[in-house]
Amino acid sequence: MKKLLLIAPLLALLLTGCPSTPIKEAPVEDRQGSQAVTTVVAGDQKVTGLPLDLTDPKSTLYKRVVYFDLDKYDIKDEYKDLVAAHAKFLVSHRDFKMLIQGHTDERGSREYNLSLGQKRAEAVKRNLILLGAKEDQVEAVSFGKEKPAAEGHDEAAWAQNRRAQMLYKGVTGSGEF
Amino acid sequence: MPIGLIIDTMKKLIPALALFSLLAGGSAHAQLTIEIAGTGANRIPIAVPDFGGDPANARALLGVLRSDLETSGQFKLVTSEAPMTESSTVDYSGFKDKGADAVVAGSLATSAQGRLEARYRLYDVNKRVALSGAAYLTAPTHLRAAAHRIADDVHEKLTGEKGVFSTRIAYVTKSNGRYQLQIADADGQNAQAALVSREPIMSPTWSPDGGRIAYVSFENKKPIIYIHSLASGQRHTLANFKGSNSAPAWSPDGRRLAIVLTKDGRSQIYLINADGSGLQRLSSSSGIDTEPRFSPDGGHIYFTSDRGGSPQIYRMSASGGDAQRISFEGSYNVTPRPSPDGKSLAFISRRDGHFQLAVMDIANRQIQVLTDSRKDESPTFAPNGRMILIATEIGGRGVLSSVSIDGKIKQRLSIGSGDVREPTWGPYAH
Repeated sequence: MKKLLLIAPLLALLLTGCPSTPIKEAPVEDRQGSQAVTTVVAGDQKVTGLPLDLTDPKSTLYKRVVYFDLDKYDIKDEYKDLVAAHAKFLVSHRDFKMLIQGHTDERGSREYNLSLGQKRAEAVKRNLILLGAKEDQVEAVSFGKEKPAAEGHDEAAWAQNRRAQMLYKGVTGSGEF
Repeated sequence: MPIGLIIDTMKKLIPALALFSLLAGGSAHAQLTIEIAGTGANRIPIAVPDFGGDPANARALLGVLRSDLETSGQFKLVTSEAPMTESSTVDYSGFKDKGADAVVAGSLATSAQGRLEARYRLYDVNKRVALSGAAYLTAPTHLRAAAHRIADDVHEKLTGEKGVFSTRIAYVTKSNGRYQLQIADADGQNAQAALVSREPIMSPTWSPDGGRIAYVSFENKKPIIYIHSLASGQRHTLANFKGSNSAPAWSPDGRRLAIVLTKDGRSQIYLINADGSGLQRLSSSSGIDTEPRFSPDGGHIYFTSDRGGSPQIYRMSASGGDAQRISFEGSYNVTPRPSPDGKSLAFISRRDGHFQLAVMDIANRQIQVLTDSRKDESPTFAPNGRMILIATEIGGRGVLSSVSIDGKIKQRLSIGSGDVREPTWGPYAH
C-alpha cells in the first residue's frame, strides 16, 4: 500500500501540464464470496408399482394420451371412449389420483404455450369430473412446449406434441408422479 | 449503384469479413461470434497497447479487455506496437496519426500478499488529457474480473453509458436429456450450474439485488416456482398451488413477485410476497393472462393476454384493475419486457409465421422489428438498456443472440453442445 501512495504523486508530475488524474484503488469483488454459485441437483423420481389394469400393454387403460388438433382444446370424438374408461377407473378406485399434463407444439412463447397446454389438460379433467371422478382426484397441469414427444420441426412432429398425458398414483404414494 | 443496393451488398459481405470467434478457456467452452450488421457503425477508435508487468498475466488481462471493448460494437481497436504502462509518457501525436481517439495503458504488478494489482490510465488523444485511472487489487484467478472493470470504466468515460462487462447472465441448457440452469459472466465465460435436473427448467429471472433467481422447475412432474439463492444453493418453494405455477417477475424492490397460477381455472396473474405469503389476485379476464413484468418504477405491470381473441400486450396498475391494450399490429404479440429506463418495450411479434424481436417506443407507440429470424424468444435487457439478449435458433440449435436496441449490432453466443434458451440478464454488481 505504501508503494502505491508513493507512486501516485510521481505520476502526477509526469502528466503534461494538466491536473493529475490520481489512480483510485479498488478491490475487485471476490468471486468466492458474493459471486459464488453452489450447484443443486434436483431429485429423480422412480416409478413404482401400479396395478396391471394400468400397466399391461393389452389393457385399454395402458393408453394415456389424448391428441389435439392445431389451436384446439376440446376432446375429439375418437378419444371420448378412452377418457370414459379412465373416468370409470377413477370412480371405482377412489384411492387413486391422476395428474394430467397438457402439452403444445413448439411454436411460440414458452409461457403462453404453458397456458395453452393447461387448456388441454383442463379439457380432459372436466370430462373426467363430468363422468364421476372427484375434484381432488384429478390435477391438471401443463408442460407447454417443454417436453415434446417428437423433436422434429414439421407438422408430423407437431401433431404428436399437441397432447394431454394421464399419470396415475395410488394413495400410498406409489405411482408415476 | 443505388445506396440501398450498396448497403445490402455490404450487409452480406461484412458478416463474412467481420466474423471472428474467440475460443474460451472457461469451463463451459462458450464461443462468442460477433456479426456487425450495417455500415458505418460509429465505433470509437481506441488503442490498447501491451501492458507492462508479467507477460502471461498481462496477456490474459488484455485478451479479456480488448475482447470486451471490441465485442461491445462501440469500439474499434487500433493496433499499437509499442508497449506502454500507465506511467509512460503519452505520444499523443503518434496515436492521433494512427487514428486513435483514446488510449488505455497499464501494467500488472504483484503485491506483497501475492495478489495482483492491475493499474491503468485512460487518455483522450484529442484533448491530450488523462480521463481516468484506477488500480484494481485482485487474486490471480480473478484477473478477468479486473479486466471487466477496466472495460466498464473505459465504456462509461467514452460513451457516457455504464458498461455491463461485469454483469452476469443466467440461461437454461438442454443436453442429453439433462437440463441445467447456468450462471455465467456477460461474455458467456465462467459458467456454473445453479440447478441440474432431468426435467425442464423455465422462466428464470434475477432478483433486483442479483443474489437470487426465481424460476419454474418441473422436477416434481408439474410446474412449481422456486426462489434460489445462488451463493448458498438454498432455495424455497415460492408457489406450488394446485395446477400450474409459472412466469415469476420480481417487483423492483425485490419484496414481491407477480406470478401466474391456474388454481382458479385459466392462467391468471397474482401477486405474492417473496417468502410465499400474502397471495393476492391481480388480473381477472375470461382469457389467458400471463408473462407479467413490472415497469421499472414499480407502478405498472405489462403482460400478455388473449382476452381480446388473440395474444396481445396489455398494461395494468401494479395493484390490478383495468388493463389497457398496448399492441395492435398483427395477431400475436407476446413476452413484454420493459427497458431499464422504462421508455421502451421489447417483445416478440409473429409476422408471416416468424417469431421476431421487436421494440416499441412506449410514448409514441412506434415499433421497430430488430431481427429477421424465425424463432426468437425471451428478450432480456442489459442493465444499461443498450443490448437485448434473446434465445433463437440457428442451424437447428438453440443459441443466444444479443441485439443492440437500434438493431445495428448483433452478436451470437453459443454455449457448449445442446440447446440454450431462456436467457435473463442480471443487474449491475452490488
